[in-house]
Amino acid sequence: MDKNINVRDMIHKNKQSMNIGRVWEKMVPKVLLSIAIISILTTIGILATLTVETIAFFREVPILDFFTGTKLKPLGANAEFGVLPLLTGTILSTIIAMFVAIPVGLMTAVYLSEYASDKVRRTLKPLLEVLAGIPTIVYGFFAYTFVTPILRTFIPGLDPTNILSPGLVMGIMIIPMVASLSEDAMSSVPSEMRQGAFALGATRLETTWRVVIPASISGIIASFVLAISRAIGETMIVTIASGSSKNFTFDITQSMQTMTAYIVEVTGGEAPAGSTLYYSLYAVAMTLFVFTLIMNLLAQYISRRFREEY
Amino acid sequence: MSTMTGKDKKFTEVAQNKENDTTINTSNKTVFETKDLNLWYGEDHALKDINLKIPENQVTAIIGPSGCGKSTFIKTLNRMVEMVPIVKVSGSIAYRDKRIFDPRYRVEELRTQVGMVFQKPNPFPKSIYDNIAYGPRIHGIKNKKVLDQIVEKSLRGAAIWDEVKDRLNENAYGLSGGQQQRICIARCLAIEPDVILMDEPTSALDPISTLKVEELVQELKKDYSIIIVTHNMQQAARISDKTAFFLNGEVVEFSDTNELFSNPEDKRTEDYITGRFG
Ligand SMILES: Nc1ncnc2c1ncn2[C@@H]1O[C@H](COP(=O)(O)OP(=O)(O)O)[C@@H](O)[C@H]1O
Ligand SMILES: [Mg+2]
Repeated sequence: MDKNINVRDMIHKNKQSMNIGRVWEKMVPKVLLSIAIISILTTIGILATLTVETIAFFREVPILDFFTGTKLKPLGANAEFGVLPLLTGTILSTIIAMFVAIPVGLMTAVYLSEYASDKVRRTLKPLLEVLAGIPTIVYGFFAYTFVTPILRTFIPGLDPTNILSPGLVMGIMIIPMVASLSEDAMSSVPSEMRQGAFALGATRLETTWRVVIPASISGIIASFVLAISRAIGETMIVTIASGSSKNFTFDITQSMQTMTAYIVEVTGGEAPAGSTLYYSLYAVAMTLFVFTLIMNLLAQYISRRFREEY
Repeated sequence: MSTMTGKDKKFTEVAQNKENDTTINTSNKTVFETKDLNLWYGEDHALKDINLKIPENQVTAIIGPSGCGKSTFIKTLNRMVEMVPIVKVSGSIAYRDKRIFDPRYRVEELRTQVGMVFQKPNPFPKSIYDNIAYGPRIHGIKNKKVLDQIVEKSLRGAAIWDEVKDRLNENAYGLSGGQQQRICIARCLAIEPDVILMDEPTSALDPISTLKVEELVQELKKDYSIIIVTHNMQQAARISDKTAFFLNGEVVEFSDTNELFSNPEDKRTEDYITGRFG
């Protein structure tokens, strides 16, 4: 150690050359604030456009007809704009996806958090995250060219495009999200709590089921709700693998259209600006937005409401 | 949490080999007997040739400076130490007439007989009632009336019934630290164990709560055999019948508490209890 180093002097000297830095320091919050405002304004802009155009749509198609209509026939002379076929398409595909994603995701999370050794967890978690990074169009392609043909060997009545196959594949796509978020929730339960259970003679399963899951239930449910909202908003998979029939049906072996797939179809088809068809896009988009907004609010509410205190 | 299955096997095998050539005679007055017990955390030799006989219906105190292996020792008695994946054990431990590392003796059964109270109160994030009922429930007691009785009896046993009887459905985390610790004791009593292990149960508590827990320990020894770790020598002197002094993973001295404190045999014990180190 050099005895001649005088830290006090050095700091004092540096202080004087740091005035420019100090100006910058003061500007930083302002710069950050303006950037934040830009993103907020963009959101408000999108919402405003959605609202204005949706109102224009409801001037032409009564709101009641839109929400209770079972016929969707946007083209031709007697166009009809009932949203129910799209709603059932969206809801059914979401339900099918959840039947896959919730049990498999939760069991994966239980395994990773409670059973896997550190080494296994350290390898599997990044793998899951890779799975989450696959573009959805790949999943869509996979559903159409791989899953549907296999399903058709089991279910002879299955249409070449149907809601079942994209629903299942959507579920697979969402597994990593449920697994990862639930695993985070479970592994944040302090290990003292597990030890309390083990010390009473509980098995690992009893500990997981009766202590860890209840203690992390808010995070787990929040992951389910976010998964649902993801499934509702999913577009590519259903567009590719479920076709564009605007059937109002509950038969999952048939082709159905979801709200998202409808938007893809209509925007791709050059709807003339100002036409009812054009406005219908906004009404459907608005419905979709309200759906996912409710889901996200619900997730927030649940994670606050059911937070176990420890 | 990491798995213990892989390690578990190695763990029992090591211990098993030793046990084959070691016969253990347990009188009915001894709850635990350890023979040449050694334990390693990886390369770290944490317990060295421990030979102890823990008596029934008495309070046995484990004292010694920080890091000398007190916690490790009592966590070995209910095999909680195996939660640490790198642990290796040799030697044998008999709990009454059972060899605890015998694969035929389920670890859950051992822990049902040998309860534990931890250093930091660790109630479950559930209601007070559900905390106490947890043990009985996982062991198959479902009847609501029976559970009600168990909950009341256990809370009375842990001297906390009067404080919580009107708020059994509130979250246990709303209680003070001292109350939480007595909830944990009640939770342990609810499955009526035979032995209770306590790892510095008062170190996170204020003096008044400490006193309550100490009185409780005196009360409990009528029905239970208690092994209590403490780094507070006054506490050991006040509440225990027997005391073991640990140092660097070894038992330096084990005798009647009065004896050990008034007339220590080993120089190191004397140094420790007179406050010359530790
Ligand atoms: N989980 C662990 N992993 C590795 N070493 C440990 C672990 N727990 C304790 N040890 C080591 O074992 C020795 C005894 O620790 P411990 O039993 O906690 O002592 P005490 O309770 O007497 O303070 C210490 O040297 C400590 O570093
Ligand atoms: Mg300790």
